[in-house]
Amino acid sequence: MNIVVCVKQVPDTATERKLRSDDKTLDRDAADGVINELCEYAVEEALLLKEAHGGEVTVLTMGPDKAGDTIRKALAMGADKAVHLVDDALHGSDALGTSYALAQTLRKIGFDLVVLGSESTDARTGVLAAMLAERLDVPQLTFAKKVEVNGGSIAIERVTDYGYDRVEASLPAVISVVEKINEPRYPSFKGIMAAKKKPVEKLGVADAEIDASQVGLANSWSEVADFAAAPPRAAGTVVKDEGDGGVKTADFLASKKFV
Amino acid sequence: MSEILVLVEHVEGQVKKVTLELLTLARKLGTPSAVWAGPGYSPDAKARLAEYGAEKIYLADSADISDYVVAPKAELLAQLVSEKSPAAVLVAATAEAKEIAGRLAIKIDSGVLTDVVGLQDGLVADQSIFGGGVNVQSRVTKGTPIVAVRPNSTPVEAAAGAGAEEQVSVTVSAAAKGARVVDRVKEEKGARPELTEAAIVVSGGRGVGSAENFSIIEKLADSLGAAVGASRAATDAGWYPHQFQVGQTGKTVSPQLYIAAGISGAIQHRAGMQTAKTIIAINKDPEAPIFELADFGVVGDLHQVVPQLTDEVVKRK
Repeated sequence: MNIVVCVKQVPDTATERKLRSDDKTLDRDAADGVINELCEYAVEEALLLKEAHGGEVTVLTMGPDKAGDTIRKALAMGADKAVHLVDDALHGSDALGTSYALAQTLRKIGFDLVVLGSESTDARTGVLAAMLAERLDVPQLTFAKKVEVNGGSIAIERVTDYGYDRVEASLPAVISVVEKINEPRYPSFKGIMAAKKKPVEKLGVADAEIDASQVGLANSWSEVADFAAAPPRAAGTVVKDEGDGGVKTADFLASKKFV
Repeated sequence: MSEILVLVEHVEGQVKKVTLELLTLARKLGTPSAVWAGPGYSPDAKARLAEYGAEKIYLADSADISDYVVAPKAELLAQLVSEKSPAAVLVAATAEAKEIAGRLAIKIDSGVLTDVVGLQDGLVADQSIFGGGVNVQSRVTKGTPIVAVRPNSTPVEAAAGAGAEEQVSVTVSAAAKGARVVDRVKEEKGARPELTEAAIVVSGGRGVGSAENFSIIEKLADSLGAAVGASRAATDAGWYPHQFQVGQTGKTVSPQLYIAAGISGAIQHRAGMQTAKTIIAINKDPEAPIFELADFGVVGDLHQVVPQLTDEVVKRK
Protein backbone atom coordinates (compact mmCIF):
# COMPACT_ATOMS: atom_id res chain seq x y z
CA MET A 1 0.00 0.00 0.00
CA ASN A 2 1.29 3.39 -1.00
CA ILE A 3 0.65 5.60 2.04
CA VAL A 4 1.31 9.33 2.06
CA VAL A 5 1.21 11.07 5.42
CA CYS A 6 0.84 14.84 5.37
CA VAL A 7 2.62 16.60 8.23
CA LYS A 8 2.82 20.22 9.22
CA GLN A 9 5.37 22.21 11.14
CA VAL A 10 3.72 24.53 13.65
CA PRO A 11 5.01 27.02 16.23
CA ASP A 12 5.51 25.34 19.59
CA THR A 13 2.41 26.04 21.65
CA ALA A 14 4.61 26.40 24.72
CA THR A 15 6.19 29.54 23.25
CA GLU A 16 4.51 32.85 22.47
CA ARG A 17 2.89 32.67 19.05
CA LYS A 18 2.53 35.79 16.92
CA LEU A 19 1.32 37.11 13.61
CA ARG A 20 3.73 39.21 11.54
CA SER A 21 3.00 42.90 11.56
CA ASP A 22 3.95 43.31 7.88
CA ASP A 23 1.77 40.75 6.08
CA LYS A 24 -0.30 39.43 9.00
CA THR A 25 0.75 35.84 8.43
CA LEU A 26 2.08 33.43 11.03
CA ASP A 27 5.44 34.56 12.37
CA ARG A 28 7.44 31.36 11.89
CA ASP A 29 10.63 32.92 13.26
CA ALA A 30 9.13 34.07 16.57
CA ALA A 31 8.62 30.57 17.93
CA ASP A 32 10.32 27.20 17.70
CA GLY A 33 8.94 25.02 14.93
CA VAL A 34 7.77 21.57 15.97
CA ILE A 35 5.81 18.80 14.29
CA ASN A 36 2.09 19.38 14.82
CA GLU A 37 1.13 16.98 17.57
CA LEU A 38 -1.74 15.26 15.74
CA CYS A 39 0.60 14.71 12.78
CA GLU A 40 2.67 12.39 14.98
CA TYR A 41 -0.43 10.25 15.42
CA ALA A 42 -0.92 10.31 11.65
CA VAL A 43 2.67 9.15 11.08
CA GLU A 44 2.24 6.40 13.68
CA GLU A 45 -0.98 5.19 12.06
CA ALA A 46 0.68 5.17 8.63
CA LEU A 47 3.56 3.11 10.05
CA LEU A 48 1.17 0.67 11.75
CA LEU A 49 -0.75 0.22 8.49
CA LYS A 50 2.48 -0.38 6.59
CA GLU A 51 3.61 -2.92 9.19
CA ALA A 52 0.30 -4.76 8.87
CA HIS A 53 -0.20 -4.55 5.10
CA GLY A 54 3.20 -3.82 3.56
CA GLY A 55 4.02 -0.97 1.22
CA GLU A 56 5.71 2.32 1.70
CA VAL A 57 5.19 5.48 3.77
CA THR A 58 5.98 8.82 2.16
CA VAL A 59 5.98 12.00 4.23
CA LEU A 60 4.62 15.11 2.53
CA THR A 61 4.97 18.58 3.95
CA MET A 62 4.45 22.07 2.61
CA GLY A 63 6.41 24.81 4.31
CA PRO A 64 9.63 26.80 4.31
CA ASP A 65 13.11 25.25 4.48
CA LYS A 66 12.84 25.14 8.25
CA ALA A 67 10.05 22.57 7.92
CA GLY A 68 12.74 20.07 6.92
CA ASP A 69 13.17 19.41 10.66
CA THR A 70 9.64 18.10 10.81
CA ILE A 71 10.30 15.81 7.86
CA ARG A 72 13.35 14.39 9.65
CA LYS A 73 11.28 13.69 12.72
CA ALA A 74 8.75 11.68 10.69
CA LEU A 75 11.53 9.84 8.88
CA ALA A 76 13.20 9.06 12.21
CA MET A 77 9.94 7.51 13.40
CA GLY A 78 10.20 5.14 10.43
CA ALA A 79 8.73 6.67 7.27
CA ASP A 80 10.59 5.65 4.12
CA LYS A 81 10.99 8.88 2.18
CA ALA A 82 9.70 12.41 1.93
CA VAL A 83 8.52 15.11 -0.41
CA HIS A 84 9.01 18.71 0.68
CA LEU A 85 6.86 21.21 -1.17
CA VAL A 86 8.77 24.44 -0.72
CA ASP A 87 8.41 27.64 -2.71
CA ASP A 88 8.17 31.32 -1.80
CA ALA A 89 5.05 31.47 -3.96
CA LEU A 90 3.26 29.31 -1.37
CA HIS A 91 3.81 31.73 1.53
CA GLY A 92 0.56 32.85 3.14
CA SER A 93 -1.70 30.35 1.36
CA ASP A 94 -5.03 29.82 3.14
CA ALA A 95 -6.72 26.44 3.55
CA LEU A 96 -8.09 26.54 -0.01
CA GLY A 97 -4.69 27.33 -1.50
CA THR A 98 -2.91 24.81 0.71
CA SER A 99 -5.36 22.04 -0.13
CA TYR A 100 -4.96 22.82 -3.83
CA ALA A 101 -1.16 22.73 -3.66
CA LEU A 102 -1.13 19.49 -1.65
CA ALA A 103 -3.72 17.87 -3.91
CA GLN A 104 -1.61 18.67 -6.99
CA THR A 105 1.43 17.20 -5.29
CA LEU A 106 -0.47 14.09 -4.18
CA ARG A 107 -1.63 13.52 -7.75
CA LYS A 108 1.98 13.68 -8.85
CA ILE A 109 3.28 11.34 -6.12
CA GLY A 110 0.37 8.90 -6.35
CA PHE A 111 -1.26 7.26 -3.31
CA ASP A 112 -3.58 4.55 -2.06
CA LEU A 113 -4.14 6.26 1.24
CA VAL A 114 -3.50 9.80 2.48
CA VAL A 115 -3.25 10.20 6.27
CA LEU A 116 -3.48 13.49 8.19
CA GLY A 117 -3.93 14.70 11.74
CA SER A 118 -7.46 16.02 12.24
CA GLU A 119 -6.31 19.59 12.88
CA SER A 120 -3.23 21.73 13.45
CA THR A 121 -2.49 23.60 16.65
CA ASP A 122 -1.85 26.89 14.83
CA ALA A 123 -4.69 27.51 12.37
CA ARG A 124 -7.02 24.90 13.91
CA THR A 125 -9.41 24.97 10.98
CA GLY A 126 -9.86 21.19 10.90
CA VAL A 127 -10.86 21.35 7.23
CA LEU A 128 -7.79 20.26 5.32
CA ALA A 129 -8.51 16.51 5.10
CA ALA A 130 -12.08 17.17 3.91
CA MET A 131 -10.76 19.65 1.35
CA LEU A 132 -8.20 17.14 0.06
CA ALA A 133 -10.91 14.50 -0.33
CA GLU A 134 -13.01 17.01 -2.25
CA ARG A 135 -10.16 18.05 -4.53
CA LEU A 136 -8.88 14.51 -5.14
CA ASP A 137 -12.41 13.13 -5.54
CA VAL A 138 -11.80 10.24 -3.17
CA PRO A 139 -13.73 9.13 -0.05
CA GLN A 140 -13.34 11.21 3.11
CA LEU A 141 -12.83 9.21 6.32
CA THR A 142 -12.00 11.82 8.91
CA PHE A 143 -11.77 12.13 12.70
CA ALA A 144 -10.87 8.45 12.94
CA LYS A 145 -10.22 6.84 16.29
CA LYS A 146 -9.77 3.45 14.64
CA VAL A 147 -8.77 2.43 11.12
CA GLU A 148 -9.01 -1.00 9.49
CA VAL A 149 -7.81 -1.80 5.99
CA ASN A 150 -8.86 -5.01 4.31
CA GLY A 151 -7.62 -5.44 0.75
CA GLY A 152 -9.10 -2.59 -1.23
CA SER A 153 -11.56 -1.51 1.46
CA ILE A 154 -11.18 0.66 4.50
CA ALA A 155 -13.35 1.21 7.56
CA ILE A 156 -12.98 3.73 10.34
CA GLU A 157 -14.66 4.77 13.56
CA ARG A 158 -15.42 8.46 13.10
CA VAL A 159 -15.69 10.40 16.37
CA THR A 160 -19.02 12.24 16.77
CA ASP A 161 -20.67 14.21 19.57
CA TYR A 162 -22.74 11.18 20.55
CA GLY A 163 -20.04 8.53 20.23
CA TYR A 164 -18.85 7.37 16.83
CA ASP A 165 -19.97 6.44 13.33
CA ARG A 166 -18.67 3.38 11.58
CA VAL A 167 -17.77 4.45 8.05
CA GLU A 168 -16.75 2.28 5.10
CA ALA A 169 -15.18 3.11 1.76
CA SER A 170 -12.89 1.81 -0.96
CA LEU A 171 -9.31 2.85 -1.49
CA PRO A 172 -7.88 5.23 -2.50
CA ALA A 173 -9.07 7.48 0.30
CA VAL A 174 -8.15 10.34 2.62
CA ILE A 175 -8.25 9.76 6.38
CA SER A 176 -7.60 12.01 9.37
CA VAL A 177 -6.91 10.76 12.87
CA VAL A 178 -7.61 11.90 16.43
CA GLU A 179 -5.18 11.41 19.28
CA LYS A 180 -6.94 8.43 20.83
CA ILE A 181 -6.09 6.25 17.84
CA ASN A 182 -2.61 5.16 18.91
CA GLU A 183 0.47 6.06 20.93
CA PRO A 184 3.14 7.57 18.66
CA ARG A 185 6.54 5.90 18.97
CA TYR A 186 9.65 7.83 19.92
CA PRO A 187 12.34 7.79 17.25
CA SER A 188 15.11 5.37 18.19
CA PHE A 189 18.77 6.36 17.91
CA LYS A 190 19.00 3.99 14.95
CA GLY A 191 15.94 5.64 13.43
CA ILE A 192 17.41 9.11 13.84
CA MET A 193 20.67 8.03 12.17
CA ALA A 194 18.82 6.23 9.36
CA ALA A 195 16.62 9.29 8.72
CA LYS A 196 19.67 11.28 7.67
CA LYS A 197 20.15 8.99 4.69
CA LYS A 198 16.52 8.74 3.59
CA PRO A 199 15.58 10.54 0.37
CA VAL A 200 13.87 13.92 0.62
CA GLU A 201 12.66 15.28 -2.69
CA LYS A 202 12.15 19.06 -2.83
CA LEU A 203 9.47 20.28 -5.20
CA GLY A 204 8.58 23.83 -6.18
CA VAL A 205 5.24 24.96 -7.56
CA ALA A 206 6.29 24.35 -11.16
CA ASP A 207 7.55 20.83 -10.37
CA ALA A 208 4.22 19.91 -8.82
CA GLU A 209 2.25 21.54 -11.64
CA ILE A 210 0.72 24.03 -9.26
CA ASP A 211 -0.88 27.08 -10.86
CA ALA A 212 0.81 29.94 -8.98
CA SER A 213 -2.30 32.10 -9.32
CA GLN A 214 -4.15 29.73 -6.95
CA VAL A 215 -1.69 29.90 -4.04
CA GLY A 216 0.04 32.40 -1.80
CA LEU A 217 -1.14 35.27 0.32
CA ALA A 218 -2.19 37.56 -2.53
CA ASN A 219 -4.39 34.85 -4.05
CA SER A 220 -6.03 33.68 -0.83
CA TRP A 221 -9.81 33.50 -0.58
CA SER A 222 -9.80 35.33 2.75
CA GLU A 223 -7.65 37.89 4.51
CA VAL A 224 -6.73 39.02 7.97
CA ALA A 225 -7.85 42.65 8.06
CA ASP A 226 -6.52 43.41 11.51
CA PHE A 227 -5.30 41.75 14.68
CA ALA A 228 -4.24 42.64 18.20
CA ALA A 229 -3.08 40.85 21.30
CA ALA A 230 -6.12 39.89 23.34
CA PRO A 231 -6.52 42.23 26.31
CA PRO A 232 -5.62 40.38 29.50
CA ARG A 233 -8.58 39.21 31.51
CA ALA A 234 -9.29 41.50 34.44
CA ALA A 235 -7.69 40.08 37.56
CA GLY A 236 -10.16 38.02 39.54
CA THR A 237 -10.51 37.29 43.21
CA VAL A 238 -8.56 34.34 44.55
CA VAL A 239 -9.31 33.08 48.05
CA LYS A 240 -7.66 30.38 50.13
CA ASP A 241 -9.97 27.61 51.26
CA GLU A 242 -10.45 27.95 55.01
CA GLY A 243 -13.14 25.31 55.10
CA ASP A 244 -15.61 27.62 53.39
CA GLY A 245 -14.25 27.65 49.82
CA GLY A 246 -17.40 26.03 48.45
CA VAL A 247 -19.66 28.52 50.20
CA LYS A 248 -17.61 31.45 48.94
CA THR A 249 -17.75 30.07 45.40
CA ALA A 250 -21.52 29.74 45.71
CA ASP A 251 -21.64 33.38 46.87
CA PHE A 252 -19.72 34.38 43.77
CA LEU A 253 -22.09 32.34 41.56
CA ALA A 254 -25.05 34.03 43.24
CA SER A 255 -23.52 37.48 42.65
CA LYS A 256 -23.31 36.61 38.95
CA LYS A 257 -26.88 35.20 38.99
CA PHE A 258 -25.78 31.66 38.11
CA VAL A 259 -27.65 30.34 41.15
CA MET B 1 -32.62 42.28 2.24
CA SER B 2 -30.21 39.70 1.00
CA GLU B 3 -30.68 36.06 1.81
CA ILE B 4 -28.41 34.32 4.34
CA LEU B 5 -28.32 30.52 4.34
CA VAL B 6 -28.10 28.86 7.75
CA LEU B 7 -27.31 25.15 7.87
CA VAL B 8 -29.46 23.65 10.64
CA GLU B 9 -27.78 21.48 13.28
CA HIS B 10 -30.22 18.90 14.53
CA VAL B 11 -30.14 15.76 16.62
CA GLU B 12 -33.03 13.31 16.77
CA GLY B 13 -35.28 15.88 15.12
CA GLN B 14 -34.48 18.61 17.63
CA VAL B 15 -32.98 21.88 16.44
CA LYS B 16 -29.79 22.59 18.38
CA LYS B 17 -29.29 25.86 20.20
CA VAL B 18 -26.40 26.93 17.98
CA THR B 19 -28.80 27.10 15.03
CA LEU B 20 -30.96 29.61 16.91
CA GLU B 21 -27.78 31.60 17.54
CA LEU B 22 -26.97 31.51 13.82
CA LEU B 23 -30.49 32.61 12.90
CA THR B 24 -30.21 35.49 15.38
CA LEU B 25 -26.89 36.47 13.82
CA ALA B 26 -28.20 36.06 10.26
CA ARG B 27 -31.06 38.49 10.96
CA LYS B 28 -28.51 41.24 11.52
CA LEU B 29 -26.93 40.54 8.14
CA GLY B 30 -30.00 39.89 6.00
CA THR B 31 -32.94 37.52 5.74
CA PRO B 32 -32.25 34.08 7.17
CA SER B 33 -33.19 30.93 5.31
CA ALA B 34 -32.73 27.68 7.21
CA VAL B 35 -31.40 24.64 5.36
CA TRP B 36 -32.52 21.32 6.79
CA ALA B 37 -30.38 18.41 5.64
CA GLY B 38 -31.24 14.79 6.42
CA PRO B 39 -34.20 13.00 8.03
CA GLY B 40 -36.03 14.02 11.22
CA TYR B 41 -37.84 17.19 10.13
CA SER B 42 -41.08 17.83 12.01
CA PRO B 43 -43.66 20.57 12.65
CA ASP B 44 -41.86 21.21 15.95
CA ALA B 45 -38.62 21.86 14.13
CA LYS B 46 -40.40 24.16 11.72
CA ALA B 47 -41.96 26.12 14.59
CA ARG B 48 -38.60 26.49 16.29
CA LEU B 49 -36.84 27.74 13.14
CA ALA B 50 -39.66 30.19 12.37
CA GLU B 51 -39.72 31.44 15.97
CA TYR B 52 -36.10 32.54 15.60
CA GLY B 53 -36.53 34.24 12.25
CA ALA B 54 -36.26 31.74 9.42
CA GLU B 55 -38.17 33.31 6.53
CA LYS B 56 -37.69 30.20 4.42
CA ILE B 57 -36.86 26.63 5.26
CA TYR B 58 -35.20 24.63 2.51
CA LEU B 59 -35.93 20.98 3.05
CA ALA B 60 -33.70 18.20 1.83
CA ASP B 61 -34.79 15.49 4.22
CA SER B 62 -33.87 12.31 2.39
CA ALA B 63 -31.76 9.72 4.19
CA ASP B 64 -29.17 9.84 1.39
CA ILE B 65 -28.02 13.21 2.68
CA SER B 66 -26.82 11.88 6.01
CA ASP B 67 -25.92 8.31 5.08
CA TYR B 68 -22.62 9.45 3.60
CA VAL B 69 -19.89 11.46 5.29
CA VAL B 70 -20.06 15.25 4.78
CA ALA B 71 -19.99 15.37 0.95
CA PRO B 72 -23.79 15.25 0.28
CA LYS B 73 -24.43 18.22 2.58
CA ALA B 74 -21.75 20.20 0.79
CA GLU B 75 -23.42 19.34 -2.53
CA LEU B 76 -26.80 20.45 -1.21
CA LEU B 77 -25.43 23.81 -0.06
CA ALA B 78 -23.55 24.30 -3.34
CA GLN B 79 -26.79 23.71 -5.23
CA LEU B 80 -28.64 26.23 -3.04
CA VAL B 81 -25.89 28.82 -3.40
CA SER B 82 -26.06 28.52 -7.16
CA GLU B 83 -29.90 28.70 -7.24
CA LYS B 84 -30.46 31.40 -4.60
CA SER B 85 -27.28 33.51 -4.73
CA PRO B 86 -27.25 34.20 -0.98
CA ALA B 87 -25.03 36.88 0.55
CA ALA B 88 -23.42 34.36 2.90
CA VAL B 89 -23.64 30.83 4.26
CA LEU B 90 -23.50 30.33 8.03
CA VAL B 91 -22.74 27.00 9.69
CA ALA B 92 -21.90 26.03 13.25
CA ALA B 93 -18.20 25.62 14.00
CA THR B 94 -18.59 21.94 14.83
CA ALA B 95 -16.13 19.38 13.49
CA GLU B 96 -18.56 18.14 10.85
CA ALA B 97 -20.05 21.47 9.81
CA LYS B 98 -16.56 22.93 9.36
CA GLU B 99 -15.79 20.02 7.02
CA ILE B 100 -19.00 20.73 5.11
CA ALA B 101 -17.95 24.38 4.89
CA GLY B 102 -14.50 23.37 3.63
CA ARG B 103 -15.85 21.19 0.83
CA LEU B 104 -18.46 23.80 -0.06
CA ALA B 105 -15.73 26.44 -0.33
CA ILE B 106 -13.99 24.41 -3.02
CA LYS B 107 -17.24 23.66 -4.88
CA ILE B 108 -18.30 27.30 -5.08
CA ASP B 109 -14.77 28.78 -5.19
CA SER B 110 -15.35 30.90 -2.10
CA GLY B 111 -13.47 31.76 1.04
CA VAL B 112 -14.27 30.13 4.36
CA LEU B 113 -13.70 31.41 7.90
CA THR B 114 -13.78 28.99 10.82
CA ASP B 115 -14.30 29.35 14.58
CA VAL B 116 -15.73 32.82 14.25
CA VAL B 117 -16.90 34.37 17.53
CA GLY B 118 -18.58 37.51 16.13
CA LEU B 119 -19.71 39.01 12.84
CA GLN B 120 -19.84 42.72 12.11
CA ASP B 121 -21.13 44.79 9.22
CA GLY B 122 -19.59 43.88 5.91
CA LEU B 123 -19.18 40.30 7.18
CA VAL B 124 -16.02 41.16 9.05
CA ALA B 125 -15.44 38.20 11.35
CA ASP B 126 -13.88 38.13 14.80
CA GLN B 127 -11.68 35.16 15.60
CA SER B 128 -9.74 34.30 18.72
CA ILE B 129 -6.53 32.45 17.86
CA PHE B 130 -3.41 30.99 19.49
CA GLY B 131 -5.32 29.75 22.50
CA GLY B 132 -7.09 33.08 22.97
CA GLY B 133 -3.88 35.11 22.90
CA VAL B 134 -4.63 37.08 19.72
CA ASN B 135 -7.88 38.59 18.41
CA VAL B 136 -8.21 38.72 14.65
CA GLN B 137 -10.63 40.46 12.29
CA SER B 138 -10.82 38.67 8.97
CA ARG B 139 -12.99 38.59 5.90
CA VAL B 140 -13.64 36.55 2.83
CA THR B 141 -12.29 38.21 -0.31
CA LYS B 142 -13.56 35.84 -3.02
CA GLY B 143 -16.97 34.37 -3.71
CA THR B 144 -19.86 33.89 -1.29
CA PRO B 145 -18.56 34.10 2.28
CA ILE B 146 -18.86 30.84 4.22
CA VAL B 147 -18.64 31.42 7.95
CA ALA B 148 -18.44 28.77 10.68
CA VAL B 149 -19.54 30.35 13.95
CA ARG B 150 -18.57 28.95 17.33
CA PRO B 151 -21.50 27.82 19.51
CA ASN B 152 -22.38 30.13 22.42
CA SER B 153 -20.88 33.21 20.79
CA THR B 154 -24.23 34.94 20.06
CA PRO B 155 -27.05 35.44 22.59
CA VAL B 156 -30.28 34.10 21.06
CA GLU B 157 -33.25 36.38 20.46
CA ALA B 158 -36.58 35.22 19.12
CA ALA B 159 -38.15 37.19 16.23
CA ALA B 160 -40.77 35.45 14.16
CA GLY B 161 -40.09 34.60 10.53
CA ALA B 162 -42.51 33.15 7.98
CA GLY B 163 -40.89 29.72 7.97
CA ALA B 164 -42.09 29.04 4.42
CA GLU B 165 -41.05 25.54 3.48
CA GLU B 166 -39.52 24.80 0.12
CA GLN B 167 -38.68 21.24 -0.83
CA VAL B 168 -35.27 20.93 -2.46
CA SER B 169 -34.71 17.96 -4.69
CA VAL B 170 -31.15 16.77 -4.47
CA THR B 171 -29.56 13.91 -6.26
CA VAL B 172 -26.51 12.93 -4.30
CA SER B 173 -23.76 12.30 -6.84
CA ALA B 174 -21.88 9.01 -6.99
CA ALA B 175 -18.73 10.91 -6.00
CA ALA B 176 -20.35 12.08 -2.77
CA LYS B 177 -21.31 8.51 -1.87
CA GLY B 178 -17.74 7.37 -1.37
CA ALA B 179 -17.75 7.11 2.41
CA ARG B 180 -20.86 5.40 3.77
CA VAL B 181 -22.01 5.54 7.39
CA VAL B 182 -22.91 1.92 8.18
CA ASP B 183 -23.58 2.30 11.90
CA ARG B 184 -24.07 5.08 14.44
CA VAL B 185 -22.90 4.14 17.90
CA LYS B 186 -24.34 6.24 20.72
CA GLU B 187 -22.31 6.30 23.88
CA GLU B 188 -23.95 7.09 27.19
CA LYS B 189 -23.95 10.75 28.10
CA GLY B 190 -27.01 10.82 30.31
CA ALA B 191 -29.29 13.84 30.42
CA ARG B 192 -26.51 16.43 30.44
CA PRO B 193 -26.33 19.12 27.78
CA GLU B 194 -23.86 18.70 24.97
CA LEU B 195 -20.40 20.01 25.80
CA THR B 196 -20.02 22.64 23.06
CA GLU B 197 -23.61 23.86 23.44
CA ALA B 198 -23.78 24.03 27.22
CA ALA B 199 -24.15 27.41 28.95
CA ILE B 200 -22.20 26.03 31.92
CA VAL B 201 -19.32 23.56 31.81
CA VAL B 202 -17.70 21.93 34.85
CA SER B 203 -14.36 20.29 34.05
CA GLY B 204 -12.07 18.08 36.05
CA GLY B 205 -8.36 17.50 35.60
CA ARG B 206 -5.39 15.71 37.11
CA GLY B 207 -6.39 16.85 40.59
CA VAL B 208 -9.56 14.75 40.45
CA GLY B 209 -7.30 11.76 40.98
CA SER B 210 -9.36 8.85 39.64
CA ALA B 211 -12.24 7.81 37.42
CA GLU B 212 -14.45 7.23 40.48
CA ASN B 213 -13.79 10.73 41.75
CA PHE B 214 -15.24 12.20 38.57
CA SER B 215 -18.60 11.66 40.26
CA ILE B 216 -17.71 14.76 42.32
CA ILE B 217 -17.46 16.77 39.10
CA GLU B 218 -20.63 15.22 37.68
CA LYS B 219 -22.64 16.05 40.81
CA LEU B 220 -21.65 19.70 40.66
CA ALA B 221 -22.43 19.75 36.92
CA ASP B 222 -25.86 18.24 37.54
CA SER B 223 -26.65 20.74 40.28
CA LEU B 224 -26.00 23.54 37.77
CA GLY B 225 -27.52 21.85 34.72
CA ALA B 226 -24.04 21.87 33.24
CA ALA B 227 -22.03 19.70 30.86
CA VAL B 228 -18.99 17.83 32.15
CA GLY B 229 -15.58 18.36 30.59
CA ALA B 230 -12.14 16.98 31.29
CA SER B 231 -8.57 18.07 30.76
CA ARG B 232 -6.24 16.04 28.64
CA ALA B 233 -4.46 14.74 31.73
CA ALA B 234 -7.75 13.24 32.87
CA THR B 235 -8.70 11.70 29.52
CA ASP B 236 -5.17 10.40 28.93
CA ALA B 237 -5.33 8.71 32.33
CA GLY B 238 -8.57 7.06 31.22
CA TRP B 239 -10.61 8.71 33.98
CA TYR B 240 -13.11 10.25 31.59
CA PRO B 241 -13.99 9.55 27.92
CA HIS B 242 -12.07 11.35 25.22
CA GLN B 243 -15.11 13.03 23.62
CA PHE B 244 -15.39 15.21 26.73
CA GLN B 245 -11.85 16.55 26.47
CA VAL B 246 -11.62 20.33 26.43
CA GLY B 247 -8.50 21.81 24.88
CA GLN B 248 -6.25 22.03 21.90
CA THR B 249 -6.71 18.49 20.70
CA GLY B 250 -10.25 18.23 22.05
CA LYS B 251 -13.33 20.44 22.07
CA THR B 252 -13.37 24.22 22.18
CA VAL B 253 -16.07 25.61 24.45
CA SER B 254 -17.31 29.17 25.02
CA PRO B 255 -19.84 28.83 27.83
CA GLN B 256 -21.24 31.56 30.05
CA LEU B 257 -19.57 29.87 33.01
CA TYR B 258 -16.60 27.51 33.10
CA ILE B 259 -15.55 25.82 36.32
CA ALA B 260 -12.10 24.21 36.25
CA ALA B 261 -11.44 21.85 39.14
CA GLY B 262 -8.00 20.34 39.60
CA ILE B 263 -6.84 21.75 36.26
CA SER B 264 -3.53 23.62 36.19
CA GLY B 265 -4.38 25.55 33.03
CA ALA B 266 -1.63 24.59 30.60
CA ILE B 267 -1.89 26.18 27.15
CA GLN B 268 -3.25 22.89 25.81
CA HIS B 269 -6.29 23.34 28.05
CA ARG B 270 -6.59 27.12 27.84
CA ALA B 271 -6.87 26.92 24.05
CA GLY B 272 -10.19 25.15 24.54
CA MET B 273 -11.87 27.35 27.15
CA GLN B 274 -10.26 30.78 27.24
CA THR B 275 -13.24 32.48 25.57
CA ALA B 276 -15.63 31.43 28.37
CA LYS B 277 -17.39 34.51 29.77
CA THR B 278 -16.84 33.73 33.45
CA ILE B 279 -14.18 31.36 34.73
CA ILE B 280 -13.90 29.78 38.17
CA ALA B 281 -10.82 27.81 39.20
CA ILE B 282 -10.36 25.43 42.09
CA ASN B 283 -6.83 24.15 42.54
CA LYS B 284 -4.45 23.19 45.33
CA ASP B 285 -1.51 24.97 43.73
CA PRO B 286 -1.68 28.76 44.20
CA GLU B 287 0.82 29.13 41.32
CA ALA B 288 -1.35 27.26 38.80
CA PRO B 289 -1.70 29.36 35.63
CA ILE B 290 -5.46 28.76 35.58
CA PHE B 291 -5.76 31.43 38.33
CA GLU B 292 -4.51 34.03 35.82
CA LEU B 293 -7.72 33.49 33.86
CA ALA B 294 -10.09 33.04 36.75
CA ASP B 295 -12.71 35.62 37.69
CA PHE B 296 -12.93 33.74 40.97
CA GLY B 297 -10.48 31.22 42.33
CA VAL B 298 -10.20 28.99 45.36
CA VAL B 299 -6.83 27.67 46.44
CA GLY B 300 -7.82 24.42 48.06
CA ASP B 301 -8.55 20.74 47.67
CA LEU B 302 -11.31 20.17 45.16
CA HIS B 303 -12.39 17.05 47.08
CA GLN B 304 -13.53 19.38 49.88
CA VAL B 305 -14.46 22.52 47.94
CA VAL B 306 -16.48 20.98 45.12
CA PRO B 307 -18.87 18.86 47.24
CA GLN B 308 -19.44 21.85 49.51
CA LEU B 309 -20.17 24.01 46.48
CA THR B 310 -22.59 21.38 45.15
CA ASP B 311 -24.45 21.31 48.49
CA GLU B 312 -24.66 25.12 48.49
CA VAL B 313 -25.96 25.27 44.93
CA VAL B 314 -28.63 22.67 45.71
CA LYS B 315 -29.55 24.51 48.93
CA ARG B 316 -29.91 27.87 47.21
CA LYS B 317 -32.11 26.67 44.36
